Amino acid sequence: MSATDIIPPPELAKPASMACRLGSALTVLIPLAVFAISFSADSASAIAGMVASVVFGGLLYRFWGRLSLPPIREQAIVFCILVYGAFVAVYLEGFSLYPWSTFSGLVSVVVLSMMVAVTWKETRKAPITAKFGLIIIALNILMVCIAPILAPHEQSQVLGGAYMVWGTPFADGGTAWFGTDELGRDYLSRMIYAIRNTVGIAIVTTALTFIVGAFVGLLAASLRGWVDQSLSRMVDVLMAIPPLIFALLILTVVGTGVIKLILVIALLDSTRVFRLSRSVAMNIVVMDYVEAAKLRGEKLMYVIWREVLPNAAAPLIAEFGLRFCFVFLFISSLSFLGLGLQPPTADLGSMVRDSANLINFYQYNKLMAITPLLPAFAIALLTIAVNFVVDWFLHKTSGLKE
Amino acid sequence: MSNQANRGAKGDILLEIKGLKIEGRADEDWIEIVHGVDVTLKRGEVLGLIGESGAGKSTIGLAAMGYARDGCRLSGGEIWFDGLELRGASDEQRRKLRGHRIAYVAQSAAASFNPAHKLIDQYCEGPVQHGVMSRDKAEKDAKDLFRRLRLPNPDTIGYRYPHQVSGGQLQRAMTAMAMACRPDLIVFDEPTTALDVTTQIEVLAAIRDIVEQFNTAAIYITHDLAVVAQMADTIKVLRHGHTVEERDTRTLLSKPQEQYTTDLLAVRSYAREERQRPENEGPVLQVRGVDASYGTVPVLFNVSFDVYKKRTVAVVGESGSGKSTTARVITGLLPPRKGEVLYKGQALPVDYRARSKDQLRKMQMIYQMPDTALNPKSRIRDVIGRPASFYLGLSGKALEARVKDLLRLVELEPDQYYNRLTTELSGGQKQRICIARALAAEPEVIICDEVTSALDQLVAEEILKLLQRMQDEFDLSYMFITHDLATVRAISDEVVVMQNGKVVESGPKGEMFTPPHHDYTDLLLSSVPEMDPDWLDHLLAEREEMARQGRVLKAADN
Amino acid sequence: MDRVFITIAQRLGLGVVTLFVVSLIIAGMLETLPGDFCQAFYGQQATEKTVAECRQRNHLDESFIVRYGIWVKDAVQFDFGESLSNKRDVAQVIGVRLENTLFLAGFAAAISVPLSLFLGILAALYRYSWYDRLVNVFTLTSISFPEFFVAYILILWLSISTIGADGTPLFPNMAMVNVDTPFWTRAHMMFLPALTLTLVVVAHMMRMTRAAIINLLASPYIEMARLKGISNSRIIVKHALPNALAPIVNVIALNLAYLIVGVVIVEVVLSYPGLGKILVDAVKFRDFPLVQASVMIFAATYVLLNLTADIVTIVSNPRLLHPR
Repeated sequence: MSATDIIPPPELAKPASMACRLGSALTVLIPLAVFAISFSADSASAIAGMVASVVFGGLLYRFWGRLSLPPIREQAIVFCILVYGAFVAVYLEGFSLYPWSTFSGLVSVVVLSMMVAVTWKETRKAPITAKFGLIIIALNILMVCIAPILAPHEQSQVLGGAYMVWGTPFADGGTAWFGTDELGRDYLSRMIYAIRNTVGIAIVTTALTFIVGAFVGLLAASLRGWVDQSLSRMVDVLMAIPPLIFALLILTVVGTGVIKLILVIALLDSTRVFRLSRSVAMNIVVMDYVEAAKLRGEKLMYVIWREVLPNAAAPLIAEFGLRFCFVFLFISSLSFLGLGLQPPTADLGSMVRDSANLINFYQYNKLMAITPLLPAFAIALLTIAVNFVVDWFLHKTSGLKE
Repeated sequence: MSNQANRGAKGDILLEIKGLKIEGRADEDWIEIVHGVDVTLKRGEVLGLIGESGAGKSTIGLAAMGYARDGCRLSGGEIWFDGLELRGASDEQRRKLRGHRIAYVAQSAAASFNPAHKLIDQYCEGPVQHGVMSRDKAEKDAKDLFRRLRLPNPDTIGYRYPHQVSGGQLQRAMTAMAMACRPDLIVFDEPTTALDVTTQIEVLAAIRDIVEQFNTAAIYITHDLAVVAQMADTIKVLRHGHTVEERDTRTLLSKPQEQYTTDLLAVRSYAREERQRPENEGPVLQVRGVDASYGTVPVLFNVSFDVYKKRTVAVVGESGSGKSTTARVITGLLPPRKGEVLYKGQALPVDYRARSKDQLRKMQMIYQMPDTALNPKSRIRDVIGRPASFYLGLSGKALEARVKDLLRLVELEPDQYYNRLTTELSGGQKQRICIARALAAEPEVIICDEVTSALDQLVAEEILKLLQRMQDEFDLSYMFITHDLATVRAISDEVVVMQNGKVVESGPKGEMFTPPHHDYTDLLLSSVPEMDPDWLDHLLAEREEMARQGRVLKAADN
Repeated sequence: MDRVFITIAQRLGLGVVTLFVVSLIIAGMLETLPGDFCQAFYGQQATEKTVAECRQRNHLDESFIVRYGIWVKDAVQFDFGESLSNKRDVAQVIGVRLENTLFLAGFAAAISVPLSLFLGILAALYRYSWYDRLVNVFTLTSISFPEFFVAYILILWLSISTIGADGTPLFPNMAMVNVDTPFWTRAHMMFLPALTLTLVVVAHMMRMTRAAIINLLASPYIEMARLKGISNSRIIVKHALPNALAPIVNVIALNLAYLIVGVVIVEVVLSYPGLGKILVDAVKFRDFPLVQASVMIFAATYVLLNLTADIVTIVSNPRLLHPR
């Protein structure tokens, strides 16, 4: 089409603007502040988390300086995700639910704010659905970071009788805004914690899924031959079993537990990421510029990192959003079936299941009856938000062709 | 035929476009891409629209049918077709005209035929739907047209599916389909651009005859002045959505008024003297008896030729002749089954992964499509800088200076381009960057794979001249793969003609352009269109004469 | 035609191999379980003699490969062993439940497939219109809802809030069907689960249909048909649909496969006695023979659906049907 023949004016390199520097400084400072606040909760992991976030922030700062250069964008984001995944791996060592979910939330704040800052011009022109999505995502991430600060009570603290009505005051102060659950714990606090736990695990799982799936997929596409063939066949077989069914089977065998849950879902889901990244990369590795790099004698990792990955970034980022939705719904479903996080840790799926009986009391108290819908709605809301943003992103990156 | 009866006399005005403006969508905005073009076409007349990419010629051609593609809109002007203004007409009125009184022949027949239906069904659809004739009659008519268009097996070819028919034949079948309702006007949108040069002749001749026989008016869109010279009564030269000039064909070719037209006319005249092989120096690159195959399908048979220092070997052939495969064997992407590639007398490892860094450095490659040869996410400084740092270990200030030198060498202003993304360049500029990237490795041999075929003619010529200067300056040897004989004439010292994976003929340029030839070389040479409007007539007469003497020159798919 | 048969035969062969490997994976995973099946089977009443007998009966003293071979041999004859929790024949337990599940999935498919194809094609034809935008927002929202959310909303709306003076809701929120339930009663009882599944699947299917059709409408041969002056309805029927067959069948197969998974959650929420519910219960009680059998059935359905889509794609490709 003739309209595309018009060459855009060159975008010359310029030093990062003041706003960029300020923004990046903030993204480093905010995590620091939050960690300082949450220090009392779990000092050892808070310190570890703080060190990690300083290192992470420093690395990010370095990249942010080059962010005014468009092609660095996607690389930087992919880089963030990879670094973040590495940290998660480190964190799995001294595993305890609280600090890493906080940490993963913080990293998400950094990544999200960076994406919004870089694409500020486009974001301002985004459709209303995408803006709504961004706000919801930001709120959720905020809850992941500072759930202990936001929630009026602890998640496992028994405060009153079972199934108290909405708005009943507790004996020792505070109000049960959404009533209490079957053990007399504050429903609102549990929901805030549940969002943190479920979203945190979903983020970690998705990241793991991505690191494994995308890397192996790109590798398979770049190497071709028997490596590609055998990996693809393996994935075909794994994908021949419906994921939920497969997860049920595996969890029967290995039992339930957070790490097991994460690993199982990551393994199952990485097959889909593998498929996508392989097919995207397949279209890229046949390009002449990849051939030129190979003929130059470049190493495999250079080809993958410098030639293939930057061009696969856009679909992969969109896929990250979609995968997140899938994993999030998946974890919720498993929890709903009683195979997710184990009590007393709150999570959205099991909250729905545990309070599901309330729905039968609709004739007596309408508010109580919709209580089980609240966590379900929270799940739906975040998923919708991510879907809206991804939809907009896809529309943007694919241009007009759709 | 009802509409032939009320067809007006030759010379009446059939189509009149006044001040046509077309806009294209760029992101959220509309940008004007055609700025007020006028077209007047009389019955039975052929108008050639010529211009480079972005001139808006296809868009104008479609506008003559009252049609704008997705992402474009007709934003101003009037389109009068036989008393009806198409911009203001209803969808139904326009639909009734299309296919019935105005027909269209697309560039890629293979993509424009529906893969799910037989050719004859697609042919008959138009006449039956427009109520021009019954299905039986249409089928009979189709066979008649197929015969007139000199399609092989005209009675049965219609019962095939599109993928069962070759490109040149499909293009003629599409012309027949356009003729089905005996329209008053046919828009030909680059109908021969995707075809090989030998196949092109047959299609051109067929189109011209059929248009003459039925006294149909036509708009013939192409970027090739020599082609349009054979077809059109009048030629309109377009550039960036403006009319440059419009004149009858002979006048335009003999006395062009505008500089731009003169440049377009001169485009095939660039040629340089052939240089002799150095006498006491061995060849730099030798290909010795190479056989190669893709999987089990053999594609190369005993291919041999030499490339000497500071010389250019042009490897010529049509698509499928194995010329690009030869390049893949030389670069080590496709290990041959038999034979070897020697570099200064030393056999190169067959697989590029087994070659040393220095061996890789000395042989560089420039690709056909500059769009896919440059990573769209890279900056120019990295694209050119990488070979320099990778092979020669340059870094920091030295690297920057080297990259800027190279940019200057390929005539791009260093400060302006150093930091640009590769996507922020035009096709010609991209190809210059590719040349700079090849030069950055300080090579001795450069393999050029159809480096000009994706470019506009004027730009292509600049690139050829640039390559020539680089050869003189750095003592480079070129292996130049091309299908275009004008390019061969322009740049080569020696020529290798390939057909079906075999070397048909080879030798110095001077010999190759003087008869007698191998049949295939002759076919190839004679099929290159010339600016002379009588060239096609002469050629066809000549070939007929030769056929009478028993020497048949015909493209493979006829 | 020969080439078509060869390709189809290859796909079928591949499907069989896949099923075989899947069954091997499942058996292999259950093999790694700690604990002894027979000890668990008899629980408190286990004596040495009964356990030994049980081990004999279940070939537990044989090697894994032999036992796997026996399982495959029995499974082919629909003998899946005994259930751990209720000591009944697995095939018997599953048989009725499978029927219920298939009925539910079939019910949902019967509504959702035509509906979503129609709406999806409509969205593709009138793309960028307000209808399309609405569809986009609606479907995005809908695919974001977890199945149990949809189910509970429907329960609240169509069942519990409609309980009248006589204490019966519009639709029951528990689908207590059994073999003797008459068809219309059954359909009435299953309305909520079927509607839930439909809502979940329709959005996915519409989006995929829309994308497939839009992709198709961008082909040059569709533009050519327009330029031939063919009417819009004829372009859709004659030019788009024959080529859309493969993508549409793929969409349907993918979504039916999705239904199979969705059925699990919906059955649990609405206490529908189907295969999904039994699987979840079996997983909780670690009832391995039951898990193995039902997972195998789910996997087989999944593989078969994908296989069907593959074969339709092959058969509808003119290049394969009419070789040069």
